[in-house]
Amino acid sequence: MKRKVLLIALLSLALMAFGGFASAQDGPVRVAIVMPSTITDLSWSQAIYSGLVAVQTEMGGESAMEIAYSENMFDVTAAAQALRDYAEDGYDIVIAHGTQYGTSLFELAPDYPDTSFAWGTATDTGTEAGLENIFAYEAAAEEGGYINGVMAGLMTKSNVIGVVGPVKAGDALLYINGFIQGVAASNPDATVNVTYTNSFSEVAAGTDAANAHIAAGADVLTGSSQMVVGAIQLIQDEGGYWFGTQSDQSAQWPATVVASQVYDWTAVIRDIIAQRANGVKGGVAYNLTLENGGLKFAFGDVEISPALLIAAGEAAKGIESGEIEVLTELPE
Amino acid sequence: MGNDLTLTQILVSAFALTLGAATPYLYASIGEIFSQRSGVLNLGVEGIMLMGAFVAIFFVSDKGLQAAPIVGVLAAMFVGGLMGILAAVINVTFKAEQGISGIGLTLFGLGMSSLLFKMLAEGVITAPVFPKLDIAGLSDLPIVGEIFFQQNVLVYIAFALVPISVWVLNKTTWGLQIRAVGQNPKAADAMGVNVNRVRYSTVILGATLAGAAGAALSIGLTGVFQENMTAGRGFIAVALVYFGGWSPWRVMLGALLFSAANNLQIWAQILDIRVGGTPIPSNLLGMIPYILTILVLVFTRQRHNLEPAALTKAFERGEN
Repeated sequence: MKRKVLLIALLSLALMAFGGFASAQDGPVRVAIVMPSTITDLSWSQAIYSGLVAVQTEMGGESAMEIAYSENMFDVTAAAQALRDYAEDGYDIVIAHGTQYGTSLFELAPDYPDTSFAWGTATDTGTEAGLENIFAYEAAAEEGGYINGVMAGLMTKSNVIGVVGPVKAGDALLYINGFIQGVAASNPDATVNVTYTNSFSEVAAGTDAANAHIAAGADVLTGSSQMVVGAIQLIQDEGGYWFGTQSDQSAQWPATVVASQVYDWTAVIRDIIAQRANGVKGGVAYNLTLENGGLKFAFGDVEISPALLIAAGEAAKGIESGEIEVLTELPE
Repeated sequence: MGNDLTLTQILVSAFALTLGAATPYLYASIGEIFSQRSGVLNLGVEGIMLMGAFVAIFFVSDKGLQAAPIVGVLAAMFVGGLMGILAAVINVTFKAEQGISGIGLTLFGLGMSSLLFKMLAEGVITAPVFPKLDIAGLSDLPIVGEIFFQQNVLVYIAFALVPISVWVLNKTTWGLQIRAVGQNPKAADAMGVNVNRVRYSTVILGATLAGAAGAALSIGLTGVFQENMTAGRGFIAVALVYFGGWSPWRVMLGALLFSAANNLQIWAQILDIRVGGTPIPSNLLGMIPYILTILVLVFTRQRHNLEPAALTKAFERGEN
């Protein structure tokens, strides 16, 4: 009997050792991501997915880095289950791409101490709660918002600009606040009308809002989240202009989208992988800024005046050097 | 300063936009009235609308078949009709529990339209929306012309369907049969009316109009398609049928009220209307259409409630 117990103990030890050996082997880095919309949403989810693919290409393709993703996880309970499944499945890095997933992530992270988790937009890595395997990331969306605002202020002829906002929170709110300050800096006579649809995904609500903005005289619109595609289509039909954020939105509407602030997550993803290789499983918070190159600009085919480009460039320089301080909150 | 619009201008554009926004609801709700007046609750409207929305834009978009807009609408109606046949087979022939089978049809439409969107459009598709159709002499009228006669053809047809459906339901033999089958299928059967055939016809018509509702959303209103873009509009259309007490006129009023409330709350945000110096939270404003709908439902007594007695009850010869 005793011998049998010993044998089982030895066997399981061997298995554990073997298991340990297997995971330490030089296989591909396995990254999984859970996102609220699709990899083609032209905004939030597409931005990070392109970042993942860019890093994968850089590292040498699928043999070096494996990417698994779950789209349309607007239901947080379903997202939590997907996150757990990926962790259970032995993925090295599991990304919860949405502030709304935070609570679930903090609950499951302790169960998988060998897995690195990342979430955003957020600043909390859970260090205070005693967690060591969570990375957090956010974007200083107000910086690009300011630059878009400077350009929009110079672009409008009617002096009315409309903002099709999703939910008054997170990077959307930062972006909009920055945008308002940018317009005020370049064109104090312009009015910025702001509306929120209270949804990130309801396209028709974005169209309704854009319709009202145009009726109110707006000839330049901006907005955030995957819900804005209807609004961009509408301002295109009306012959106006659009300023984008999160992803480059000019491919679909080249003659309408003047510029887009693009979230470039590649440096963040690259660093998370490097940290992990050095044995750091979490605890780092990242922020995309103009200065660190995490925020980029993409332009469409809209003809823009040199003066506008100069103004945008000066605003960017001012923000990078700290000369221009873009507030993240505005007095009401 | 930008916001120097007069109140009249604001109200005129708000109500003009309301007509367009109410259009998808109108198609779907009028279709559902036919289905329900014959005794069949079709909760699959949401899924049928999604399929209609995708098919319509795929036919019209330069990423798809580049057909004329009207072809897109007809294709959406055809696909809606096919889903209607499916709904009729499930509900009328196989007598499935209508509250459940409709959810199934909705999930099918959601999944199928998302899959087609991904496969055929690779996640992005756009198309120009139906152009506004000015009606000679009427569109130039001040206020009235701007509100009512600068809309696209889908809007005009939707509102024309209201009196047409009232006439069909009340003045034609088929309408009489629909009402008889919905109130007392046994008696109708005894009078020689083919209950199941009537129900097949109404369910298929209802689904065809739900397909048109989807087209009104994708190529009539937004010019884009996205997964789950109806976002509950199909269910709101079903709720509007109850709200309007199964009368097309009152359902139309409900659709207008709901859309107007939604438009006015957007304008309240644009004009930055404040209470005591603080802006009203946008999520509170966004709730107004729903709160208003519930209030109207609670406080208006339905004196002429036309609820079909046999609603959701499958017909079994000799049993009920």
